[in-house]
Amino acid sequence: MRFPVKRSENAFICLKNRDGPNENCKMTFVCTNGAKSETVKEGVNMTFISNLINGISLGSVYAIIALGYTMVYGIAKMLNFAHGDVIMVGAYISYCASSYLGFSPVLSVLLAMVVCTVLGVAIEAFAYRPLRRSGSLAVLITAIGVSYLLQNVALLIWGSNPKAFKSLVTFGSISLFDGKLIITAESIVTVIACIIIMVGLSLFTKKSKMGKAMRAVSEDKDAAELMGINVNVTISLTFAIGSALAAIAGVLLCSAYPTLQPTTGSMPGIKAFTAAVFGGIGSIPGAMIGGILLGIIEIFSKSYISTALSDAIVFAVLIVVLLVKPTGLLGKKITEKV
Amino acid sequence: MNKTRKLSKFTLTNIKCYGMIIVAFAVLYPMLKMNMISNKISGLLIPICAYIVMAISLNLTVGFLGELSLGHAGFMSVGAFSGVITVACMQSGLPAPVKLLAAIIIGGIMAGILGLIIGIPVIRLKGDYLAIVTLAFGEIIKNIINCLYIGVDGSGLHFSMKSAEALNLSDGKIILNGPQGAVGVSKIATFFAGVLLILFALFVVLNLVNSKTGRAVTAIRDNRIAAESVGINITKYKLTAFIISAVIAGMAGALYGLNFSTIAAKKFDFNTSILILVFVVLGGMGNIPGTIIATTLLYMLPEMLRQFSDYRMLIYAIVLILVMLATNSPRAKVFANKIVGIFKKNNETDGEGDVSNG
Amino acid sequence: MAKDKMVPVPSNSIVPERDVDKTPILETHHLGIDFGGLTAVDELTLAVGRTEIAGLIGPNGAGKTTVFNLLTNVYQPTRGTIMLDGKSTARKNTEQVNRMGIARTFQNIRLFSNMSVLDNVKVGLHNSIKQPLISSITRLFGYRASEKKSRDEAMELLKFFKMEDMANHQAGSLPYGAQRRLEIARALATHPGIILLDEPAAGMNPSETAELMENIRRIRDNFNIAVMLIEHDMNLVMNICEGICVLDHGKVIAKGTPEEIKSNPKVIEAYLGKKKEAK
Repeated sequence: MRFPVKRSENAFICLKNRDGPNENCKMTFVCTNGAKSETVKEGVNMTFISNLINGISLGSVYAIIALGYTMVYGIAKMLNFAHGDVIMVGAYISYCASSYLGFSPVLSVLLAMVVCTVLGVAIEAFAYRPLRRSGSLAVLITAIGVSYLLQNVALLIWGSNPKAFKSLVTFGSISLFDGKLIITAESIVTVIACIIIMVGLSLFTKKSKMGKAMRAVSEDKDAAELMGINVNVTISLTFAIGSALAAIAGVLLCSAYPTLQPTTGSMPGIKAFTAAVFGGIGSIPGAMIGGILLGIIEIFSKSYISTALSDAIVFAVLIVVLLVKPTGLLGKKITEKV
Repeated sequence: MNKTRKLSKFTLTNIKCYGMIIVAFAVLYPMLKMNMISNKISGLLIPICAYIVMAISLNLTVGFLGELSLGHAGFMSVGAFSGVITVACMQSGLPAPVKLLAAIIIGGIMAGILGLIIGIPVIRLKGDYLAIVTLAFGEIIKNIINCLYIGVDGSGLHFSMKSAEALNLSDGKIILNGPQGAVGVSKIATFFAGVLLILFALFVVLNLVNSKTGRAVTAIRDNRIAAESVGINITKYKLTAFIISAVIAGMAGALYGLNFSTIAAKKFDFNTSILILVFVVLGGMGNIPGTIIATTLLYMLPEMLRQFSDYRMLIYAIVLILVMLATNSPRAKVFANKIVGIFKKNNETDGEGDVSNG
Repeated sequence: MAKDKMVPVPSNSIVPERDVDKTPILETHHLGIDFGGLTAVDELTLAVGRTEIAGLIGPNGAGKTTVFNLLTNVYQPTRGTIMLDGKSTARKNTEQVNRMGIARTFQNIRLFSNMSVLDNVKVGLHNSIKQPLISSITRLFGYRASEKKSRDEAMELLKFFKMEDMANHQAGSLPYGAQRRLEIARALATHPGIILLDEPAAGMNPSETAELMENIRRIRDNFNIAVMLIEHDMNLVMNICEGICVLDHGKVIAKGTPEEIKSNPKVIEAYLGKKKEAK
């Protein structure tokens, strides 16, 4: 492995180690206590279950990131390529807060959320808002520019050496079936966080006044404006929520894969974006399902097919899904009026 | 009067494009021969040529066909590795230009075949979904080449997806070594060949755009439903443009690959695709001369900024954002118009200024 | 010559029976389409003669544009058949139907707005110009001849609509009326047997409408084709159409000459409403 992974029982798969087939990114979940499972069948089952849990856990991180993509896409109709880098910023902030300032885990996550929220709103206001009426490509390129900017600012502040991210989840793993199945605390926290966020967001968009405003803006910006909805505030709020979620995702991601670099966010960002499209971009439950499925597919193809080809398999599944359902699993059908 | 203006617009673009390249070549080539250019710059010349060809090719997809492709580096990758393999398989006695030509042609053909395979599913999709699928294909290509081992010996080519040992080579050499990529590539790409390739790409794309096929492609971009209603086979023309774009990208890839002694698949990742897209968008979609200039400047920019070391990519990012804001924001447009207005008043030129391409 | 069968008619008089080729070029039999549970068009049976000007009218939401979309196979019909010149158009797509001889314009103008006026018409000529890809790229092998042919034909069509001066303007920058004419010119460039005009007079002033009426007659006479139009301007419809079909709630409620339609109580009811309309 390229990077030292300290807590081997916690490392699912090192996301950064995608370059070579020889790097042993094997599941370290199974049978770690040395007592090789007596019955092969049981061992296989345990492997399967721990892979599944890993997949759901990784997928939950993707889902949280994908929510940010999907909300911004739904409302501003733009692909925010800088979203992945907001994750990275969130992870760095919480890293600094807990390592240098000695903040408690909860406090450092909150700090990361606040910083990312401000960052997200600022990016929208300065880089995207002036371009709202121009073509989607112009905004896309600007978003790429913002992504480069964030990465390089992070490079200047924190340097290119990977930081060993200390997990912010402080309680231990759960051991089941005499240690044959170990569920890490990180994956439990990740899944719970994902569920809470999902339920909270659904309630927010369905019940609250601001949430309704968001849905209205996503349907028709101009009509919403005529109905007295402040579109600027609504879009800012969307970026704020998306970025706060990105901070959480950053912390969870780096708790599980403890290497932190300025480029940490880009690949999970692309994958999460894929997940959002997979589930049907613009749809909140779609992002959730897409994220979790993507995580499961990724972990399963890593452990059962090939580590090096896992990304290829993930993307191939995406292509197949889009060919069968051109707007994703839960996407709305686009009807073109003639 | 209208007739001459219309004609001159097409010829003007042609003159601009070909002229620019030929003048650049005429200036740079003697300098290169007389060693008047620093090594740093001369090392950039061939990559710039390759990227200009890439940008011209992507402009066909994005600018004229109007579909966002985020996986164009994939075609470049396939072209590069097929080119490298072609050269490795050829007898060493052959002159380098012949090898290079063969490599570029094979690179183009392989990328074209891939373009056909990818194109058939991709063009059924629309907008962002098409973009994400091209991205996915780009990543898949990168991933597969990353675990591909290819060697050559007396009995021909050997393939493996496992390891170099699995090739069972008797006496030959490994061409492609998985994640390490191609090693020991003979660097036979030349600046002259690069310029010729640019001229070829210009010839194909400029002519195509001003033909029946090109009109059909642009019509599909402007209004798909109307294009269908006048009997244009959408699939056929989208696929044609997509494949031609892939072929040119593959040729550029072959040139690029044969300029380095080692080349790995991760060189052609998502970031490279995005880089080329940035060239196209900043140069102006459907604007070939603009693309050439934008590619040259943007490729040189990070090199120019080397003295700022750590800050250079930061400056690059800021320049990119500011240029996008300045060229696309309505407020900036009003501002620019004001300045142009003042300028025009001062000069008292006639108001017949042609709409600048873009 | 058989082409000279029409005499210019003073625009106010109605001539119900003229020397019009009534052998049908377009027939539909029991045509219908459902969207989900909603029946948008049902039991549509009509025929348009080879050189007839036919009108399709009806209140808003009657399904007129849907009929056009069915005829051009933008939508595949749920029931019934469409026969074009004796051939069924089932399982064809829009592009193939156009090649079989149906051209159309759109209610909300659909031009290739970033292309020049001339190029718009040239795109219409697409299938009648032979220029293989190789000659497109190399500018050899008959490129010049094919480009000249398409240019000449396109200019001729533009002249027909008195638009030759605008040939090099960008299509999107044309005034509204000219855009409508260009759309018709582009449709005619595909050499159709029947042209479908979707509200060609929408948004036009009376003098433009009069010019349009004249143009529609000239189209029929010069190109010897059938015209079918959707229109809300009753003056235009009653003046130029030889046969009219009235649609309401997706069903044909009346068919006949302008005279018959005018006096049909069902039509009046559809437009003005019943006294006691059950909801």
